[in-house]
Amino acid sequence: MTGKDITYAKITDDILLPVENKPNKAWWIGFTVAVLGALLWVVSVSYTFWTGIGAWGLNKTVGWAWDITDFVWWVGIGHAGTLISAVLLIFRQNWRNSINRSAEAMTIFAVICAATYVVAHMGRPWLAYWIFPLPNQFGSLWVNFNSPLVWDAFAISTYFTVSLVFWYCGLLPDIATIRDRATGLKQKIYSVLSFGWNGSVKTWQRFEIVSLILAGISTPLVLSVHTIVSMDFATSVIPGWHTTIFPPYFVAGAIFSGFAMVQTLLLILRKVMNFENYITMFHIESMNIIIMTTGSIVGVAYLTELFIAMYSRSEYEMYAFENRMLGPYAWAYWSMMTCNVISPQLFWFKKIRTSIPISWILSIVVNIGMWFERFVIIVTSLHRDYLPSSWAMFYPTWTDVGIFVGSIGLFFTLFLLFLRFLPGIAIAEVKLLLKSSSLQHKTKLAQEGAFPAEQVEYFQESLEKYDSVTEEEIKELSVRK
Amino acid sequence: MSNTKYILGSFADPDDMMHGIDKLQANNISIYDCFTPMPIHGIEAKLGVRPSRLPIAAFCFGALGTTLGFSLLYYTMVYDWPMNVGGKPSFAMPNFVPVTFEVTILLCALGMVATFFFRNHLFPGRTPRVMDLRATDDRFILAVDAKENADHALIDSLLKEAGAVEVKYNDRKYVSYE
Repeated sequence: MTGKDITYAKITDDILLPVENKPNKAWWIGFTVAVLGALLWVVSVSYTFWTGIGAWGLNKTVGWAWDITDFVWWVGIGHAGTLISAVLLIFRQNWRNSINRSAEAMTIFAVICAATYVVAHMGRPWLAYWIFPLPNQFGSLWVNFNSPLVWDAFAISTYFTVSLVFWYCGLLPDIATIRDRATGLKQKIYSVLSFGWNGSVKTWQRFEIVSLILAGISTPLVLSVHTIVSMDFATSVIPGWHTTIFPPYFVAGAIFSGFAMVQTLLLILRKVMNFENYITMFHIESMNIIIMTTGSIVGVAYLTELFIAMYSRSEYEMYAFENRMLGPYAWAYWSMMTCNVISPQLFWFKKIRTSIPISWILSIVVNIGMWFERFVIIVTSLHRDYLPSSWAMFYPTWTDVGIFVGSIGLFFTLFLLFLRFLPGIAIAEVKLLLKSSSLQHKTKLAQEGAFPAEQVEYFQESLEKYDSVTEEEIKELSVRK
Repeated sequence: MSNTKYILGSFADPDDMMHGIDKLQANNISIYDCFTPMPIHGIEAKLGVRPSRLPIAAFCFGALGTTLGFSLLYYTMVYDWPMNVGGKPSFAMPNFVPVTFEVTILLCALGMVATFFFRNHLFPGRTPRVMDLRATDDRFILAVDAKENADHALIDSLLKEAGAVEVKYNDRKYVSYE
């Protein structure tokens, strides 16, 4: 945390500024565009429900395409929120305190988007509950628990529920803050939402335990979710899908795309909402390093896949990969390779990973690349199956495109509403940083001579990349008092 | 006799509040509770609040989840309607792992949070038991029961000595939201 003269009151004021005031023009423009997108989603999904899956460009050979691509893409994006809030909490990385709230919100909205594809793909959404083992009049004929698709239903619904609970528990103290500053109807609404939070010793004690345990159980949960998503593919006998590398490879890809999405959102958020002092260059750089690391893991996974296909000497496996690289979808394969393997490597350069515009563009490039990854995996493996006479191509219809573009609109609609009505940064958790990891506090300690000179110098050097720290503030560090 | 029910020491800094706790305790003045905008580490030990038993509840709910999840799978897949898939055993343990795991996590999370809400009386629509409106913003509130501790002047001076920005004498326990 950077900035001068920060007090507990200022933190509350800064973070609640967008919640307690009328939204600015940027918000309205963004919201209008997002709602239009969401409307496109409503139209496309309604049309799909009305006509059936025939509204999509699927055919007998390519039975899974855009919808499953979009589903895996959104679930993957969702994972970063849980990783930031859970894994970084367990590892006591307190820099997460300023970004966890918005990242968790992103998780929830991304999983909502993902879940819509599952329901839409069922074709008869009014029978969606058939995926759950409810007693019925066919026997009872239960669901087939040997199928990863059933595991997926359990995994995604558990993941959504636990993420929602985690997010909402964290929100309670901050909702109480809004409540106690508001009047009239607004106070009443936030009072109901705050569950009567009062911040007593016992409440905070239990709150911290709950957060820690939820983090502890969310960590294996998030790994299990994408593992199970990958098993939807890996347990089949389709060349290109039937590989044991899928679970770790999918999980790394999920973290990769999720952090890229967090980066995309936060870089705008900090600018528009004036959160530069809370979401600093440290966060941006750390996230870029995570993107670079997971991007490299994904790159190694791509190469391993290729090598194993060759090494297997299995005719079908080798053909699947040859077709990916040189077949009619080669453009998608090479877009994926460029976006996911080459572009994150640029983050080895400090200039690039501390540049806000470049980071933002690269984060979008990564998201595009990760969409292509799922598209390549799904469509190229299916479109040329074991029987050459049934080989086909997949062409999306306007409904396919509408559902995808529309879901982005839906996501941003929810996200912008969240920023309007709830604090985008966890107020209580950021307050913890004021007297530990804030620049203000460190300056005070340095001026009192608490650190050796070379440590102060190193700290000063590391501050140069921050856009929210002025040269004067850096110089002040070496003034002894 | 005054109508004061609670004396509130309002601190601007958590360290000052901790200091205030020490001072009051040194003078045998019992502290009712503290209300803070953020968790204060180490305050439980100081106030003698016992460690939370929520982890035990979480474990029990998790264990219940494992049992229920596994029972569901066993009942449906092995007992009620076993399916013959290529002669493979219907009791396929590895396939039972994911769903059992998910149900464990689900029940553990929901059960623990429900216990937390139940024990702390948190539910939608509950009237907040707040003693000072700024306790959720920028003030660290130390509450002393005025009926139990008669020497109000001493409490006042101790709180101010510790660095309290403001000392309040409240006639009613909680802030009215009406």
